[in-house]
Amino acid sequence: MNAVYIMWLREIKRFSRSKSRIVGSLMQPLLFLVSFGFGFGAVFAAAGQGNYINFLAPGIIGMSIIFTSIFNGMQVIWDRQFGFLKETLVAPVPRIAIMFGRTLGGATVATLQGCIVLVMTLLIGFHPVSWLLIAPAILIMLFIGTLFSALGMMVASLMRDMQGFQLVMNFLVMPLFFLSGALFPLSAVPEALKLVAAIDPLSYGVDALRYFLINATTYGLGLDLIVLSGFTLVFLALGSYFFSRIQV
Amino acid sequence: MAHNIIEVKNLTKKFGDFTAVKDISFSVASGERFAFLGPNGAGKSTTIKMLTTLLLPTSGSIMLGGHDPVREADAARKSFGIVFQDPSLDEDLTAQENMEFHGVLYSVPRDTRRARIEELLNFVELYDRKDSFVRDFSGGMKRRLEIARGLLHHPKIIFLDEPTLGLDPQTRNHLWQYLEKLNEEEGITVFFTTHYMDEADRVAQHIAVIDHGQIIATGSGEELKKQTGTQTLEDAFLKLTGSEIREEGADSLARMRMFRGRR
Ligand SMILES: Nc1ncnc2c1ncn2[C@@H]1O[C@H](COP(=O)(O)OP(=O)(O)OP(=O)(O)O)[C@@H](O)[C@H]1O
Ligand SMILES: [Mg+2]
Repeated sequence: MNAVYIMWLREIKRFSRSKSRIVGSLMQPLLFLVSFGFGFGAVFAAAGQGNYINFLAPGIIGMSIIFTSIFNGMQVIWDRQFGFLKETLVAPVPRIAIMFGRTLGGATVATLQGCIVLVMTLLIGFHPVSWLLIAPAILIMLFIGTLFSALGMMVASLMRDMQGFQLVMNFLVMPLFFLSGALFPLSAVPEALKLVAAIDPLSYGVDALRYFLINATTYGLGLDLIVLSGFTLVFLALGSYFFSRIQV
Repeated sequence: MAHNIIEVKNLTKKFGDFTAVKDISFSVASGERFAFLGPNGAGKSTTIKMLTTLLLPTSGSIMLGGHDPVREADAARKSFGIVFQDPSLDEDLTAQENMEFHGVLYSVPRDTRRARIEELLNFVELYDRKDSFVRDFSGGMKRRLEIARGLLHHPKIIFLDEPTLGLDPQTRNHLWQYLEKLNEEEGITVFFTTHYMDEADRVAQHIAVIDHGQIIATGSGEELKKQTGTQTLEDAFLKLTGSEIREEGADSLARMRMFRGRR
């Protein structure tokens, strides 16, 4: 549908025009890769877990995707503050179409970002098991991006201004990232943490990335895809619902 | 002017304990030029937001182009275009892109869209600047672009909430001429608010005056002047609404924000 396309296109245009945003959001993954990757590399290897950079790379790609996509979804708040949101709200278009277009836009942007980070990991010494399997890994990135863009929009629809942004970063995004298996193998953690990771959608996203990039998985690709789909559908549905209730 | 294109009955809007719009009823005939006047904070924008699906009424009923904005929002949305009181452009897109975005959202077919965008941008004298980012526009240029955008999809009703705020006299005259032409030739219904009484008197065939959320007078400019025994609409307005200045509260903040956004 046209509305979906134009909402998508807007996100792409805004992203491709903000060079500072692209460059800025590469710094964090780079820091993680260098400090964690090289800092813990020796310990990781000594513990018999293999090459840490290889393990870490999919996790950092996942990280850049969750940050980019949630941030993108939350730009609804800016639109509200700068007034543009009204223009989309009075349009004779089903709210689900607006939600979906925007979400896909955010997911595309996050995937582009993820691909840049992937290149960065390759330069730092990451060896994927197969070059061919990078293609399905990119699809997984798109999947993760869709899920978290929808979550970002859902959260943003419930907020009036940017006051709550820090709250969302610290109480939602950071825990989602740190408690997922992005930084450490879930096989060797306490049961409680295992349980928490098991309800964190990012764990399944990163797991699916690892399946294609380093041929390792905790949950199995099938379960990963089921859980990712489930969360995505729920966030899209809730997001459209909350979005349709926005009043300005 | 066979039927009423807007029909409002006992409309009320409460924000918490505060009643911004109190039990108002009015109607606008199809093809009419209707002015909705009132002091700051009277409830004009709140009413327009309820008519245009941006706010849910607390109680009362609305019919807009034959549809209820509450229950058949999308059908109602098809029937109008709107120029908001506050800024509503995407500053990170160009003028042309803002127009395109609108045209696609309203399913204006591609060829018609291109042609209308060119025509409207020429009308508001922004065609030369169509590829500039909106953030580089002056306040008046942004306003003109918003007006062009509101008309792009050929709505049956155009809502204009203080459309001429911040526009120079040349642009104002130009705008009203164009709107009157659209109104006469295509029968588009014009629903507007303004604080320029001479403008309202000149353009509107029908006027409703709202104060403290209640409609206190309706009629043509002449009728309002006759009712109040005054010479100008401005005097009639002052007589109807008193001359004390309204405390604005939250609204003055919104206004300051708007001015900062525009200038
Ligand atoms: N979201 C809101 N929450 C609380 N109060 C509100 C809200 N929106 C408007 N109001 C209040 O409702 C009243 C009517 O506001 P409204 O914006 O409709 O006035 P207006 O007639 O458009 O005034 P102006 O000429 O200044 O634009 C004001 O007192 C305003 O403070
Ligand atoms: Mg107003």
